[in-house]
Amino acid sequence: MSETITRDYLERMAGKIRRLTVESIYRAQSGHPGGALSSADILSVLYFDIMDIDPQEPSRRDRDRLILSKGHSAPAYYAALALRGYFNAEELKRLRQGEETLQGHPSMHRTPGVDYSSGSLGQGLSIAGGMALYAARNDLPSTIFCLCGDGELQEGQIWEAAMSAAHYRLRNLILIVDDNGLQIDGRVADVMNHAPLREKFLSFGWDAKEVDGHDVEALQGALHSVYRKAEGPTVILAKTVKGKGVSFMENEASWHGSAPTKEQYERAVRELEGGRYE
Amino acid sequence: MSKMANRIVYGEALCRLAGQHMFYVMDADLSKATGTKRFADAYPERFFDMGIAEQNLMATAAGMSSFGTPVIASTFAMFGAGRAYEQIRNSIAYPRANVKIVCSHAGVMIGEDGASHQCLEDLALMRVLPGMTVLAPCDGWETQSLLSQILSEDGPCYMRFGRREVEQVHKNGTPIRIGRAVRLREGNDVSLIACGEMVQECLKACEMLKERGISAGLIDMHTVKPLDREAVCQAAKETGLVVCVEDHSVIGGLSSAVAEVMAEYGRGRLARIGIEDRFGCSGQYGYLAEHFGLSAARIAEKVEAMKMGE
Repeated sequence: MSETITRDYLERMAGKIRRLTVESIYRAQSGHPGGALSSADILSVLYFDIMDIDPQEPSRRDRDRLILSKGHSAPAYYAALALRGYFNAEELKRLRQGEETLQGHPSMHRTPGVDYSSGSLGQGLSIAGGMALYAARNDLPSTIFCLCGDGELQEGQIWEAAMSAAHYRLRNLILIVDDNGLQIDGRVADVMNHAPLREKFLSFGWDAKEVDGHDVEALQGALHSVYRKAEGPTVILAKTVKGKGVSFMENEASWHGSAPTKEQYERAVRELEGGRYE
Repeated sequence: MSKMANRIVYGEALCRLAGQHMFYVMDADLSKATGTKRFADAYPERFFDMGIAEQNLMATAAGMSSFGTPVIASTFAMFGAGRAYEQIRNSIAYPRANVKIVCSHAGVMIGEDGASHQCLEDLALMRVLPGMTVLAPCDGWETQSLLSQILSEDGPCYMRFGRREVEQVHKNGTPIRIGRAVRLREGNDVSLIACGEMVQECLKACEMLKERGISAGLIDMHTVKPLDREAVCQAAKETGLVVCVEDHSVIGGLSSAVAEVMAEYGRGRLARIGIEDRFGCSGQYGYLAEHFGLSAARIAEKVEAMKMGE
């Protein structure tokens, strides 16, 4: 599949995800731009290259699945789902505005393409593990992806899930860590240091790979090397920049959960449309 | 009458139902105590021990159930409803996952392990979750009847029972339906409403009260949510005085559920017998029943005093 999906295409889709992310958060005047922007390239590679999914049949039993454990990246996730054809991109203009709109954190019964509800950190890897266990026991080809933030790995439940994924040798489980180095209170290394992550996962019995989380070809390479080929659970530690693509949001913990003003929004759009980070 | 622990009946019922229903069972290193070991031995390919990790237990069960097959997650009430509360709330109840949480060792009567293990809050914690069915069967027949029903219905459920062996209340074959209370005794002076293994104590208490000239009715309220409102209102109308009896805190559980209905109904007076806003302690069953006022004799005494005070 990867031969036909070019770097240029995936970068363009990532750019669109970023553009729609900033727009929906600006319109809602609420949301989490930093971690959404850092995960845009990962989501582009998953939804436009790797995952075996069918937007016309979102509940197909043997599909691949993604659990967005870092549920606050929902705006980027929704943008990827809309671009992939799960629902009309117009919906993105109504984020966080009531029962019938896209929710602040993913809600599976409200939004097509959302494989499981999330939002409370640390729970997605267990949910993904349960899905992988079912697929393995029932000979389904499904690969279950889970996207976590690096700060989220401070939750103890993550390590319970890591332990059981290795115990049950879940070769169909792939965790991607959006490793942007920041959390609400500051640098992960300062707030609660959990380095070294690679060694931690290796010692838990996982395979671990480190990639540049904004290099779509590197992400493609790492994911294709383990997709349906792994011996056990795999973690891809994707080094990213929080707020990636909008200069004044990059590497600023304060952009974790605040919406841009009109001026900031217009500047962000100019930067994203200018392909500043090409 | 033969005595048997509900958790043992639960394990046997899982094995019997395995042929009729497809489901998976998970436990957190307590399968010998919760009763699921029997199923694990008979159906090893359908059982997963998740180790001492209840948060992961609940969310893994949730993910697994998303393919449509129900998953039963068992541990002690304290560690299921207590430790993994937020996982149950956000990964099971909110997504309406088809997970059946079945917990043993609920209540103060579990005995010697003491306060850290005596979960007196689980009914309250589970009852406030939207869409969560909450069950507290009294005996083996009720346990297996309710288990069979929850496996046939989609959506989350919490079932709790204690540890000790109890007398059998219902004849095999008695219809037991989720949300429908069972009237075990008719009475004119007072209506007892009990759940779980307190039903057996209340049956004896009713006999004692009869000898003292008090006609006590008894309702087995095995479903705490959705509560049988009609049965509560009828009891309030018929006897005025309603007494709830539960091996649980008097705050938030069966008593509170009944109080809410009676307050809205606007008739009758309610008294609560349970654990009085305190923690449990170590002791043998007989001691604990007396100490916390949950033995048949103590229940009868309290009800009699209430009648005298009227």
